[in-house]
Order: sequence, then structure tokens, then C-alpha cells
Amino acid sequence: MSRISMEQVKHVAHLARLAITEEEAKQFQHQLDQMISFAEQLNELDTDQVNPTSHVLDMKNVMREDVAKPGLPVEEVVKNAPDSKEGYIRVPSIIE
Amino acid sequence: MSLFEQKVSELHERLHKKEISVTDLVDESYKRIGQVEDKVKAFLTLDEENARNQAKRLDDQLVKGENEGALFGMPIGVKDNIVTKNLRTTCASKILENFDPIYDATVVQKLQKAETVTIGKLNMDEFAMGSSNENSAFQATRNPWNTEYVPGGSSGGSAASVASGEVLFSLGSDTGGSIRQPAAYCGVVGLKPTYGRVSRFGLVAFASSLDQIGPVTRTVEDNAYLLEAISGVDPMDSTSANVDVPNFVNSLTGDVRGLKIAVPKEYLGEGVGEEARNSVLEALKVLEGLGAEWEEVSLPHSKYALAAYYLLSSSEASANLSRFDGVRYGHRTDNAETLIEMYKQTRAEGFGDEVKRRIMLGTFSLSSGYYDAYYKKAQKVRTLIKKDFEDVFEKYDVIVGPTTPTPAFKIGEKVDDPLTMYANDILTIPVNLAGVPGISVPCGFAANGLPLGLQMIGKHFDESTIYRAAHAFEQATDFHKQFPKL
Repeated sequence: MSRISMEQVKHVAHLARLAITEEEAKQFQHQLDQMISFAEQLNELDTDQVNPTSHVLDMKNVMREDVAKPGLPVEEVVKNAPDSKEGYIRVPSIIE
Repeated sequence: MSLFEQKVSELHERLHKKEISVTDLVDESYKRIGQVEDKVKAFLTLDEENARNQAKRLDDQLVKGENEGALFGMPIGVKDNIVTKNLRTTCASKILENFDPIYDATVVQKLQKAETVTIGKLNMDEFAMGSSNENSAFQATRNPWNTEYVPGGSSGGSAASVASGEVLFSLGSDTGGSIRQPAAYCGVVGLKPTYGRVSRFGLVAFASSLDQIGPVTRTVEDNAYLLEAISGVDPMDSTSANVDVPNFVNSLTGDVRGLKIAVPKEYLGEGVGEEARNSVLEALKVLEGLGAEWEEVSLPHSKYALAAYYLLSSSEASANLSRFDGVRYGHRTDNAETLIEMYKQTRAEGFGDEVKRRIMLGTFSLSSGYYDAYYKKAQKVRTLIKKDFEDVFEKYDVIVGPTTPTPAFKIGEKVDDPLTMYANDILTIPVNLAGVPGISVPCGFAANGLPLGLQMIGKHFDESTIYRAAHAFEQATDFHKQFPKL
């Protein structure tokens, strides 16, 4: 019995903006369950008094001078866009 | 004999004396690619016309005596997750199959300044997620020592191209072992620098708190030259550290007398194969013979590193890969009416299985109700793992162990079982979690003829000491003088 339901799998896929088939959902259910079980060995460790590490460098809030610089040319920026027109990137309609 | 059996310093000298030209070096690369690439499959894109034109320009400079840089004219391969202006960069993913970058990564700009010649872009596991190169959407790179076997990953193309003599050296990236593991499998030298040593501007992000770019070379000396060329703080990467870049080559004194080596018992214990263990014990005898001292120590939280790593790296990846949405670049589906369908279908068509799996795990770990139990828990365990290293480095200069538990495995052998595949990285992953530098140097051959790697791990920003130790070991052995027969 998987601890992750099919509904959960589909919800996560939606959050991840990933279309999945029914068959893939079953596969992810199995694999996520395996990985989550594996990850639960971390619960053997008492970490109540431990601070989380997000990165290892001893620095934060790296600032730079606010200096205006030329940006990338528009024609370069849209060069890789799958659909563009007159310097704009076109997508399916956003507002109904 | 291939020109690439010589070191950077030797080739530099021969260029200087006009015994060879940059064109000769570039010819050597493409000639060898012509001979063996069918078998090795290391490259995704070749840049032959530009490389030959650049060689001609550099040869003109050579005539005028303008060839001061150590790396002048040296042919290099670049992993395909490092963006190169106007040279296709795919991350070995269908979603970026036709991506044509509009700028160069900082490391690529640094290579241009050093006047190396880029030969082409190297295969990898898709978005650097994998340990065998079987996750490339385009081709499976082969191990040059035996083409039935994987080259390792994710920088498999970077290691295989160097081992097979297609390029003199290459750049890879390492998030959980992706430089060191393929270097070990292919019998070459690979270094993951300290987190912050090398700018990641222009490296397509996988797990931003772990990723580092690093050099893959035949010798430790070449590695030191290449690291020096790509290191340094970068205003375009706020996680690059403002620390001095030493002359790494100067640290290669050959002298390791009094060097204090720690050997974690966890790195020679359960899950580590006998051949890997024995090769490390032999290597320790060599280092002892050179005057180094070693003792067994413990990194008690090692066994938890793999689980913490998969939660953290997948979580970061799920956020980083959200940029691939079919809007600004890359693949876009033809089968969607609405915007949200467009996102979902584009990503379903563009990403491979392993990438989807990690996006799913990462999204789950970060989702409401699970964040504290999984993601935050893993971050706390990361603190404990980092502390393990700090404790050992209070008394010792270098940590030594195998790079991988076993030599390379056969193509197809582990592809169906993610957890078994992940276990290849148990000895390299803790190094990324702690952010310290690690190198793999060849230390022997298994009974099946495949190479084995010795891993040396150093303190933050102390690549010099691991280079010194790795170089002394290399000079006392002849593993680096053996070449695969293709």
C-alpha cells in the first residue's frame, strides 16, 4: 500500500506543471513512495536543535552598485522564443 | 603517439619553440574525433569551422610571439550545460534541442581570455541528472576503456572525450559527483572546486546550493592550470566568493612529508567494493612511503547524505527547471489550447523520465504540509554532515577514500532502478553537501580492466593541498600513463 495516493500524485504533477498519463501517475506513485521511504531514514536523527543549512558560504545579501547598463537587444532576446512578433513573445490567451 | 599524451606545459613549450602550431593541436582533436567518435559518442555538437579559424588567428599571434598564456591554443571540450554564444547548448534535453545562447558563460569568457580553442559541446545526463550518461535525450556516451560500459555521469562526455584523446581537457559540472565519478570511471583527473570558487553564470542550474563547474584533465598539473584560468569572483554570480585565486601549479611540489590524511571508516565499509577498497589501501601505502601519515576517522552522518541530497537537489531542481515553460526559449507543444495546458504539455514532451521523476520528488518535498518533514529536515541533516567535515579538518589536512564504490557498470545494467543508480554517488555527495573541494585521480584498474579513482577531499578553498597530495601520488604511480585502446 502506497503512502502517496493517486490524487496526491496528480496534485503534485499539477503544481509542477507536468502533464502525466494515468500509467505515468501509477509509476510516479510507486517511485515517489520508494524515494520517500528511503528519505525517512533521516528521521533516525534528532535535529530539533540543529539549524538548517541552505548553502555553505559565509555570506548573505550580496549587493552591487545600482548602475544603469544597456540590456540585451530585443531581437536577440526573442531569437529563441518559439512564437514571437514585432519584438513580443506570443502565448495562448491568458485572460478569458 | 598522440599530442594529447603530453601535458599542457610541454605543449606550451613546443608551441613556443615553433615545433608545433595551434593548427596541429586542433587537427589532432578533429582527427581523433574522426577515428573514435563513432564508438565513444562524447560530443553533441562540434564547432569545427570556428575552431579552425581561431587556430589560424592564434598561429598568426604565435608568429609574432604573442602567446604568453599557459593555455594558449589548447583544445578544450565544454559540457553542454554551459552556455556558449551562437553554439547550440542543449543540456542533452529535447526541451533545449535547438537552443542558441545569446551570451557566453563566465567560464567560457575566461577560456577565451586564456585563448583556448573550443572543439565542441559534450554529452551529459539530461540537465546533469544521472550517473551514466544514459539519461541523455540524444545518445549514450561509452567508456573508452570498454565501450560496453558507461563512462559515468553526469559529465560523461567530459571524461570520455579526455580519456579517448579527442580533446586535451574539458569542463564539467558537479552537483553530487558529476565530475569526480566519470573521471574515476574513465581513468582521468576531475576536480570539483570549493562551492563559490568558480562562477556559475551561464551554467544551466540544476541544484544551486550544490552545483560547481570544474576541470577534467589527464594530469593533476593540467587540472591546476585549468582551474586557475576559470576561478574567481564574478559580479554576475552573487554566490561566487571574493577570495584570492592562488597559483595552483606552484603548490605541486611533490612534497607530502608530514601531510595528515584522514581515512573515514564509512568510506571503506559497507557498500564499497573490495577492488575500490584495496586500491585505496595501496594508495595509502604509496602516500605513506612519501612521508604522509594517515589515520582512520569517522564521518558519522555519511549514511544519511544520499537521502538528504536527493531531497535537496530535487527540490532545488524543481524550482530551477520551472523556467522551461515553452515561452521564452526551447520546445513548445503544438497540442495545447490554453496557457496552462501549453506549460504542462510542453514539459511533458520536453523532459525525460529521470528529470520528471526529480521534478515530482522536489515539488512534493516543497509542497504545503511536507516542507518541514522533508525539505527542512534534509537541510538540518546537511548541517550535521558539514559539521562532520569541519570536525575532521580540525586535525587533518586531507580526507582520502575511493571516488566510487565500484568501477564502471555495463550500459543498461542499472537504468531501471533509480535507487541503485543513485548509490554510485554515496562517496561523492557528502562533499557537495559540505561545499568542500574534492578531486579524483586514477589509482588502479579493476580485474575487468576498468579504471578506479582515488578521492581526495580538502578544506574550503584549499584546492592547493589536495592538488599537492594528488600530484605527489600521481608522480609516484604510472596509472596516468596508460591509455585506452580504441
